[in-house]
Amino acid sequence: MIQVENLTKKFGNVAAVDGVSFNVENREIVGFLGPNGAGKTTTMRVLTSYLAPTSGRAAVAGFDVVRNSLEARKRIGYLPESVPFYPEMRVREYLSFRAKLKAVPRKQRKQRLDEVMERCRVKDVEHKIIGHLSKGYRQRLGLAEAIIHNPPILILDEPTIGLDPAQIRQTRELIKELGQDKTVILSTHILPEVEMLCNRVIIIHQGKIAIMDTLNNLVKDQKIKLEITGNINDITETLKQLPGIKNISFTQQDLWYVVTIELSNNEDIRDIVYQKIVQNQWGIREFKTERTTLEEMFIRITTRE
Amino acid sequence: MRNIWVLTKKELAIYFYSPLAYVIITAFLLLSGYFFYQFVAGIADATALRYVLEFIGFISLIISPMITMRLLAEEKKSGTLELLMTAPITETQVVVSKYISSLLFFIALIMPTVAYVILLIFWGKPDLGAIICGYLGLICLAGVFLSIGLFVSSFTSNQIVAVIITFVILLIGWVIGWAGEFFREQWWKDIFKYIGFFEHFDAFRKGLIDSRDFLYCFSLIIFFLFLTVRIVESRRWK
Repeated sequence: MIQVENLTKKFGNVAAVDGVSFNVENREIVGFLGPNGAGKTTTMRVLTSYLAPTSGRAAVAGFDVVRNSLEARKRIGYLPESVPFYPEMRVREYLSFRAKLKAVPRKQRKQRLDEVMERCRVKDVEHKIIGHLSKGYRQRLGLAEAIIHNPPILILDEPTIGLDPAQIRQTRELIKELGQDKTVILSTHILPEVEMLCNRVIIIHQGKIAIMDTLNNLVKDQKIKLEITGNINDITETLKQLPGIKNISFTQQDLWYVVTIELSNNEDIRDIVYQKIVQNQWGIREFKTERTTLEEMFIRITTRE
Repeated sequence: MRNIWVLTKKELAIYFYSPLAYVIITAFLLLSGYFFYQFVAGIADATALRYVLEFIGFISLIISPMITMRLLAEEKKSGTLELLMTAPITETQVVVSKYISSLLFFIALIMPTVAYVILLIFWGKPDLGAIICGYLGLICLAGVFLSIGLFVSSFTSNQIVAVIITFVILLIGWVIGWAGEFFREQWWKDIFKYIGFFEHFDAFRKGLIDSRDFLYCFSLIIFFLFLTVRIVESRRWK
């Protein structure tokens, strides 16, 4: 649905986006991560034709964002970072204006407005002036505006910023729901959000793609942590013979050892480890698995210089 | 076309949501009403409305920058330009609809002064042809003012800056016709007279309809609208 090839966008001599290439398949939810100023917003602005690329190309639903920009824009619902509005307009009036601009047929317009306001939970403020709304309502209104013409592609720049925890949860549910029949690119700083919503992650750093992979692949590195007692040499020797072990290390606390087993693949060997412990009659008081979180990954990538 | 209509309606709505529109209308009517009384009472002949129109022309020069100042500057400042330009509409549609809305606002602004004409018809025998011609000229002239104002509004995001720059440009355009007086040669005088707004407006005001005056107005309007579209587009390549 979205193809980006070697996209570069320079402001003066500074490349905000530098040779970025990626594809997004139909009905995929892709998380767009990166520290502030990494080039996420710029990439999104190029995709929505607000900015033109310095070099490289991007196509949305098969339409080039420069040469066929109007066709591309018809198929995108966009929630910009700052969620700008006309503060003097009323909610329903604003949505109706946007629906007309986005060519929602007159006959469907009323029904579509009601449906979208219901879905984004702004129906109760439909006659209020936008300037008087709280941040949470505005954010949801922005989302309602983005989906008003039922676009196949959604580009959401930090959709949950400024919401309270309950609203964040509701908005995530909504995005997940929308993702069932839409292609979504979502930028965010909230890493658990990505883990919750996205199939695939693109981490962008200093204008370049640092990591692009499925979430499963990214967080597959598992560790098993045991607090165990017994002959530590026996323990490490025995465990080393199990399949898929990358490394075993331990620290001692009195009679107990904290053993960390790093696994090299995704195979679940917890049961085998447990069997070994029982067979050898070692004492055990803790057994847990740990995953590398996206957060660790993010910090590792974005702090190395 | 449909998009232009949708956008124009939105622009007009926003005009009347802000108190500025009512302040402008009130100030304009107060001033023009006062001068109408002054001129008509003082001159009291068939040409009286000429002077009133000349005065309204000058007031338009002051008011036009206020009508156009927020058109693009505000969209840029609040970021709504991003929403507008990521919707499936072209820069030309946005600029043209903003221009149309400002012109419609101006026409609505001068509509109440038609009451003066009706008063005159009631009490005397005004030269209606000249009056209609004068109004036509006023709208053409304001059309030029507004296109310049819209243009200035496109390259700043500060409304105060927009209003001041526009005002300075318009004032120079108004008085530049007189700069020809510094030259001895007639052709210099003619050039400056042609460039300035005043000479063209004066012709309308006197009841002369000359295609050169229309051409002057239309070419300026098209020129500035074209520049405005270009400036709005240029943000994509910066």
